Amino acid sequence: MKQRSLSLKARGFNFEMFMWIVTRLTALAMYALLLTAVIGALIMGARTQMNIADVIRWSFMPNSSHVQSTNVPDLAPWSTTFWRLLASAFLFIAVAHGTHGLVVIADDYIVSSRGRNIVRFFSIVMVIAMTAMGLYVLWTA
Amino acid sequence: MGLKRNVSLLTGLRYKGQGPMLTFVLHRIGGLGMGIFVTIHILASFVGGEIGGFANNIYTHWLFQIFIFFCALFHGINGLRITILDLWPKLIQYQREAIWVEWAVFIPVYTLAVIVILQTALGG
Repeated sequence: MKQRSLSLKARGFNFEMFMWIVTRLTALAMYALLLTAVIGALIMGARTQMNIADVIRWSFMPNSSHVQSTNVPDLAPWSTTFWRLLASAFLFIAVAHGTHGLVVIADDYIVSSRGRNIVRFFSIVMVIAMTAMGLYVLWTA
Repeated sequence: MGLKRNVSLLTGLRYKGQGPMLTFVLHRIGGLGMGIFVTIHILASFVGGEIGGFANNIYTHWLFQIFIFFCALFHGINGLRITILDLWPKLIQYQREAIWVEWAVFIPVYTLAVIVILQTALGG
């Protein structure tokens, strides 16, 4: 089959194009972080101390309060700096990926340039607010 | 305006996009569902106290778990398909086959998860 898409040079590289590739790469990054959290949980004894739902809950956001209700004897290994950094990375990536997704959906229904600017303004506010609140929860828990 | 498409809602629903269209719609529903959930969850955890506890208690309900696991699993599997096909554009001609593989992974995993959720919730 002949390649119908234009080369990157002919297409031009702009912000939307950048976010398009960022969305794909952050998806892969989230898979990597999720797998790291699953493997880490298994190393720390999840096989006998947690059920599958709790492992999934931990893996989506490796925050020690997510394993509080399980049979884990000590929360200390679950709240190390490593896990907090991993959770923060997950937060950054997920908020960026998710907010961009909401902007893409909004762009399908809001087509005036003024409306789109308002959407973009609120998306930036949301990214900053969600990241700040998430970081606060992660590092004070 | 964007919503004026000269097509009725029924015509829109009868659009013959078939498999790929269905994954597109479900991907949106899943993304929106997770987006709203994560937003409320971060807000509730940040506020804490009684209000935060009330909001976070909704998430322990089995109905909500079935819904949010659908969102997360479908968005994840479908997103992986989109990522692979987009980063290796030559594979795009196998899109329909990729969607079949996607359902072959999604249906057993999701069914098992729903059974486990229901067993825990209703079986005690």
